[in-house]
Amino acid sequence: MDPSVLIGLAGVLAAAAPVLFAVIGETITERAGVINLSLNGSVLLSAMGGFAVAYLTDNLFWGFLAGMLIGALVAFIVAFSSITLHQSQVAVGFVLALASRDLAYFLGVPYMNIPGPTLPTWQIPLLKDIPLLGPLFFRLDIITYLSYIVIVLAWLWIFRTRPGLMLQGIGDRPAAAFVRGANVNRLRYIYTIIGGAIAGLAGPAYTLNVKPGWMGTQTGLDGIGWIALSITIFGGWSPMRAAFGAYLFSLLQWLGLVLQSRLPGIPSQVLQVAPFPLMILTLLLVNIGNAEWVQRWLASMPEGSRRFFTKLLRAMRASPPAALGVPFESD
Amino acid sequence: MKKNVWVNIGFQAGALVLALLITTLILAAAGAPPLKAYGSILNGAFGSSNNIVAVLITWAPLLLTTVGVLITFSAGLWNIGVEGQMTLGAIFATWMLRMLQDTNLPPALIIILGILWGMVGGALWASLAGALKTFGGVNEIFGGLGLNFVSTALTIYLVFGPWKRPGVGSMSGTQPFNEALWLPTLGTGLSPWGLGLSILAVILVYLLLRGTYFGLRLKAVGKNMKASYLLGIPTWQYSMFAFLLCGALAGLAGAIQVESVYHRLLPNISNGYGFLGLLVAMLINYQAIWVIPIALFFAALNVGSVQLQIVYKMDSSFAGVLQDLLVLLVLLGQGVRERFLGKA
Repeated sequence: MDPSVLIGLAGVLAAAAPVLFAVIGETITERAGVINLSLNGSVLLSAMGGFAVAYLTDNLFWGFLAGMLIGALVAFIVAFSSITLHQSQVAVGFVLALASRDLAYFLGVPYMNIPGPTLPTWQIPLLKDIPLLGPLFFRLDIITYLSYIVIVLAWLWIFRTRPGLMLQGIGDRPAAAFVRGANVNRLRYIYTIIGGAIAGLAGPAYTLNVKPGWMGTQTGLDGIGWIALSITIFGGWSPMRAAFGAYLFSLLQWLGLVLQSRLPGIPSQVLQVAPFPLMILTLLLVNIGNAEWVQRWLASMPEGSRRFFTKLLRAMRASPPAALGVPFESD
Repeated sequence: MKKNVWVNIGFQAGALVLALLITTLILAAAGAPPLKAYGSILNGAFGSSNNIVAVLITWAPLLLTTVGVLITFSAGLWNIGVEGQMTLGAIFATWMLRMLQDTNLPPALIIILGILWGMVGGALWASLAGALKTFGGVNEIFGGLGLNFVSTALTIYLVFGPWKRPGVGSMSGTQPFNEALWLPTLGTGLSPWGLGLSILAVILVYLLLRGTYFGLRLKAVGKNMKASYLLGIPTWQYSMFAFLLCGALAGLAGAIQVESVYHRLLPNISNGYGFLGLLVAMLINYQAIWVIPIALFFAALNVGSVQLQIVYKMDSSFAGVLQDLLVLLVLLGQGVRERFLGKA
């Protein structure tokens, strides 16, 4: 294969890391039955905060930790207001999305457009020499490797462990989980905060690695949280399918950049928003099978084609955890 | 009953004080002397007649987006797409004016057609989000957000492409319209027509939601879709109609911006008014009667905080921080009251 294509694809893997952290974090949160709609703001705030802390301490570790703390803190507010205070998750999440975004732009001014520490490449010995796979996966940096691990761990945790089964339970049938002895609301707190902390890695993964530095509104990160929220839906609340969605998104963005150099007539801002109509389209594909008129239309079809379309729609369809967004009272 | 009102006011005031306290800390952390900063915001909003006019200019579109989302909120819908609906209103109004400005039609007619076409544009864009929700099962939050970004791209495409100024297109927008097509303004750009229409819209929406059978049924759909359906209310038609009305109001806001404030199409013409309208609606707990003063307060904050940028070189997103925190704290306060003091 052409080495430049391979380098490009490796770049896609690295560039996908921020989206991946956000998507996996949100997947875990929503599995527990809580929607953290603040993602777009908390990712921006963790991006600014993570960069600022890494710059001030000259230490990357503290930068990433700060990002996680910011994500966890915002998630805590979501959990507190929805679980303890019974306020609408959507309302609070939306306001937090705006608040953290404005706060990031306001507090970020002193750190704008200054060079700061960036993550070095760290090629994994032995693995880096595997033909094809080595240059593709293992000549990147530690945070990208972490993003691979997070996908696998999240999947194993949700689908292959007992606590993971309970996690599915509190999101799908909290009453049943409660009868089984789960402290539903405490677990929801914990998973919301953990999910927020993982999503909080997205910010520093961007400002300390993918595109180093904080550039205010020019950072290029605004909107990524909304994309991540829709990839969570596209991913059907499974880390593997969600990861596929995140990589697909990153790949399409890269193709957009490649395309841009071929089509100089189109302003770059137009191609930059290409992911958004795509986001609507994918949401349409995964949801349309649930619509009533589609069901009726399917029922009116001849047997053969009906079976084909039913299978097709079912393959794409994603159903949310049954109790997503619904508060739980034990009495 | 009377006591509840006071508890209510107490909680709102408490939220405001707490929000100011937090923003004071944030200002101090950012290195500005807080009291002087608040002073410069006040001064920036009300210090001169020009500033007051600027506040009123900001007030008009905010009134429209706020009452627009009050309609969709009543139907139980989160119309985050209001930002894009306003943008489409601006695009459609510009389109009409560009098409007709070299004809012999009377300017007043062209202006009115532009406003109407803007309302159509906003309503059409809203109907997209509505159709995605009704027929495609796409949550209106994501449909609306996606469409917001698309509308921004569309504006940029038009400004740099088909509608670019003679020579090269630039971020400063399209070629201004003939002066005859500007909405008449008082002093430095306040259009009494624009403001009058906005206030009229507030009154109409208040009456619609408060005093009509339609408003009652709309709220029924918002509160319990299934029960309303069983009672024979055509539910999806009602949701769709809420989208259309909100879109038309947002489109009107866009058309007013184009015809009375900027006299051309600019990138980012909606300028956050849609999101701000959602915040105002949440802050007033969806009660239309409070729209007028609270929207004025938010408009003053927005205009005033520009001073921070000039005097202290700070980002003017400070107004946003204060507004967001205020709404957040009011929501939390509501929760605390309901949870620990019994339902008010």
